Amino acid sequence: MAEKILMKGNEAIGEAAVVAGCRHYFGYPITPQSELIEYMAKRLPQVDGVFLQAESEVSAINMVYGAAGAGARVMTSSSSPGFSLKQEGISYIAGAELPCVLVNVQRGGPGLGSIQPGQADYFQATKGGGHGDYHNIVIAPNSVQELVDMTILSFDLADQYRNPVVLLADGAIGQMMEPVEFREVTAKNIEKPWASTGLHGRSETNVINSLFLKPDECEKHNKHLQEKYAVIEKNEVRYESIHVEDADLVLVAYGITSRIVFSAMEKARKEGMKVGLIRPISLWPFPYKPIEDASAHAKAFLTVEMSAGQMVEDVRLAVGRTKPVYFYGRTGGMIPNSAEIYDQIVTIMQAKGGK
Amino acid sequence: MTHEIVMAGFGGQGVLLVGQLLAYAGMLEEKQVSWMPSYGPEMRGGTANCSVIISEEPIGAPIIAEPTAVVAMNLPSMDKFAPSIKTGGVLIINSSLISTEPNRKDLVIYKVPANEIANEIGNSKVANMVILGAVIAATDAVTVDGAIKAFQKKFASKPKMFTVNEQAIRRGMECVINAGK
Repeated sequence: MAEKILMKGNEAIGEAAVVAGCRHYFGYPITPQSELIEYMAKRLPQVDGVFLQAESEVSAINMVYGAAGAGARVMTSSSSPGFSLKQEGISYIAGAELPCVLVNVQRGGPGLGSIQPGQADYFQATKGGGHGDYHNIVIAPNSVQELVDMTILSFDLADQYRNPVVLLADGAIGQMMEPVEFREVTAKNIEKPWASTGLHGRSETNVINSLFLKPDECEKHNKHLQEKYAVIEKNEVRYESIHVEDADLVLVAYGITSRIVFSAMEKARKEGMKVGLIRPISLWPFPYKPIEDASAHAKAFLTVEMSAGQMVEDVRLAVGRTKPVYFYGRTGGMIPNSAEIYDQIVTIMQAKGGK
Repeated sequence: MTHEIVMAGFGGQGVLLVGQLLAYAGMLEEKQVSWMPSYGPEMRGGTANCSVIISEEPIGAPIIAEPTAVVAMNLPSMDKFAPSIKTGGVLIINSSLISTEPNRKDLVIYKVPANEIANEIGNSKVANMVILGAVIAATDAVTVDGAIKAFQKKFASKPKMFTVNEQAIRRGMECVINAGK
């Protein structure tokens, strides 16, 4: 077992990327993820990698497009306003079916917002963000160790499905330090015969492209993409479920918020309230099924987010109209504390008589 | 026991480092730990604080609403965080820079003249390590050996610094123990 080290979330993502074989990084600094770009600037030259600080986020994402087209394991990172700038490029990358890992260490929005932690980019990450019918695979870790493990997973998923993967973190996970362990990685060596790296004896050139001028060809491409998304939805749903079996009230939260909600849930359990937690780890594909299943016995749901209510729409889709889905959120960079979430739990439990 | 410790001061006093060393020591002692800094558009001389949790149990929220202990390196830090401490909790104040009496009667309060002690040792920069010693003695969150080991690991490339920093940690501990801990 590797030795545990104390590491900041942003730096842990960087080291995990290097462990996963990422040798190309393009980015532009922005709080609260600047330690990541700083780490890559220092680390990539040590492993003969390419670090380049682009002149803007738009430029950085198009450098990612190029490196991914050449088959490289490549990453960029930003925070909310900077991540918005990348959306055009992400749509192109999704259209051209290129693997890459895109990190968004979310902060308060909209606009320049604040530099404190936020979760209000859920819609952007999970519902497209750029133009056209496409999906990013979206992974939301809730600890520094998960940042490491899921950065590595993200590179594998990106290569496996030829699809951009968004690692959706927030300012709190990015800034905090926790012990981490870099476990031995058996890097999946996925062949990329589609990569644009020269003919190598072939007669047909590999073309990286998202343009289909003939609409029937573009529709065919879209159908192919939708078939791929259906496979991802079938195979790549990830979530954690705690005390849900006997829960009257099921809490739903992801990322840093899930840990605060966990503390509130523990307190409620100690007070005899039957409260459980479903933590989506993959935000797309979203774990609709376990939430739907829980609605068979749960009396109510409470979604907690650092937003005005985004993931709660997916929770409502999963639950349907059979059970109430409540929402509690803080916005603008404010982090809810476990006491205020506990109060929400008590209010709902008293109204439902669930104790 | 779960220790939820907030360390606050002005930028440059080394409170973030003290927090990291506490967390590092906790990790070396096989405890669950988290370290969370305040971050913002600050400059040297601005405010800085961090939250450290050291526990036997897995840590839920890394954010502290009601600290079990607070270190205030300057007056604005005491004004900001002293009201949030749990009843019966610990408040350590840097009496070199704070002459105001805290207005809580339900806390265990230690006054540590960190800057004076650092100057006595002959290095004004180790005031934060004096405070680290005080935190260890006042809370027992980690052992002094763990803290010294953490320091030596973190500053492995600077062995010349070991002696003076260890001395500072031990002087901080003595200060709390002599105050009747």
